[in-house]
Amino acid sequence: MTLSGQIAIAGVYEHPTRWAPEKTEFQIMAECARGALRDCGLSLDDVDGLFAASMSMGAMGVCNLAEYLNLKPRHLDGTNIGGSSFVAHVSHAAAAIHAGLCEVALILYGSTAASNALAIGTGLGGGGRDPAQAFVSPYGMTTVGSYALVAQRHMHEYGTTSEQLAEIAVTMRRHAALNPEAKMRAPIEVADVLASRVISEPLHLLDCCIISDGGGAVVVTSAERARDLARPVVLLQGCGEAVCHQEVGAPDLLTIAASQSGAQALGMAGVSHDDVDLCTIYDSFTITLLLTLENLGFCKPGEGGAFVEGGRIGLGGALPVNPDGGGLSSNHPGMRGIFLVIEAARQLRGECSERQVEGAEVAMVHGTGGTLGILHTGATLVLARA
Amino acid sequence: MAVELQHPVPAASWETRAWWEGCGRGELVLQRCGACGKVQHKPRAVCATCLSSEIEHFVASGRGQVYTFTVTHQNQAPGFREACPYVLAYVELEEGPRLLTNVIGCDPGEVSVGMPVVVDFAPVDDEREAFAVPRFRPA
Repeated sequence: MTLSGQIAIAGVYEHPTRWAPEKTEFQIMAECARGALRDCGLSLDDVDGLFAASMSMGAMGVCNLAEYLNLKPRHLDGTNIGGSSFVAHVSHAAAAIHAGLCEVALILYGSTAASNALAIGTGLGGGGRDPAQAFVSPYGMTTVGSYALVAQRHMHEYGTTSEQLAEIAVTMRRHAALNPEAKMRAPIEVADVLASRVISEPLHLLDCCIISDGGGAVVVTSAERARDLARPVVLLQGCGEAVCHQEVGAPDLLTIAASQSGAQALGMAGVSHDDVDLCTIYDSFTITLLLTLENLGFCKPGEGGAFVEGGRIGLGGALPVNPDGGGLSSNHPGMRGIFLVIEAARQLRGECSERQVEGAEVAMVHGTGGTLGILHTGATLVLARA
Repeated sequence: MAVELQHPVPAASWETRAWWEGCGRGELVLQRCGACGKVQHKPRAVCATCLSSEIEHFVASGRGQVYTFTVTHQNQAPGFREACPYVLAYVELEEGPRLLTNVIGCDPGEVSVGMPVVVDFAPVDDEREAFAVPRFRPA
């Protein structure tokens, strides 16, 4: 029996902090766990599956976290496939619950990326003595640079413009103005994006996500159990995962993981693009969001630039994307996937006040992890109001 | 660019050693599967298309064209910070594989997609190994 429609997002919590130099990663995760369990009316004693990843958790990280929370779950998953991990954790949790391996899964993320002054975009591209990295590390690749390689190729093949990319940043900022917790809320125009300094051509500073502290938690359980809990039920209708790499030497930089994971998620959910009321999409950079929309199939390859113009992806448009302001303006504590799940669930529960997408019934969630032009993952969910 | 790029010394496994030693001799050494004929890069001990271990090596022409590129204006990692702005690129070799690399030897503003380029080897500062890092310059 398919797990489509059998599993629910029961509780969610986004930590309001954007700057927490006095907190640790695990502390933020614990505060988020408290928030998400309160949200659905469960307690720590109910949790029997633990899922987590972070910027600093290593091989035994999820076990260290279990100790911190004094949890002895019967299912552990420390999958780390980059910023998309938490989107993948939802489908992993769904499979585990569906198979009877656990019943209440807690997914956690926490980070002090900003207060640790982590230069995620332009500071991690150094040397290293890993033979597998030796084909990248000599060349000064940065996170921004890897996405810039993709943006340049898209511009070359399709004539996509910096103005079109800037429109995405402007839209996310407009959304953030409606989110009291967003880090960057002052309105910007396309000209501001183009006038901001170039980090890695063709990407400007305002084409790049911000860096913040923060964290989040998601509680996943069976749809049956969720119906007895405190909040409106959000059902998992479809999911998919994918990885894109260098293949055997000639990667197609413009066909990203979303094309595979998105098609699987939509097929499993049995919904079409027209059924989708909103998307939450990892917007590490403006190009990430544009290319994800193309690869999820909302427009044809090369049409993403035109698609994002004219307010289509803004609140009130045909396909609102990231009503919370996304990573470009609300928060980006290193790995953002968990917030995509949280915002989609809250939108489907209809509790987003000023930034609520009216009548939201179906949401598509897509997280990208890693570096788009080098090695990346994608994880997609289709969620629906029960 | 104001300061030459200082490439970190690449680390080799025995699977990738032929590539880096070839670069040290001034040759781009690619792999071709003896069983199915597929050219593959990065190097590995088995063919990732048919899993054969019959891996053959051959010297590539060293010619290619810029597939995509970015002019890096900000990198806080030492060795690269001082060299900004520099060009990070994928170069598509005549033999097919696309290499992540740098384009050097011209003003960053002169680089364009499709530009013909030729390999240029930078010896690395490692007394134990005779490796070099392949970059590309305008042909």
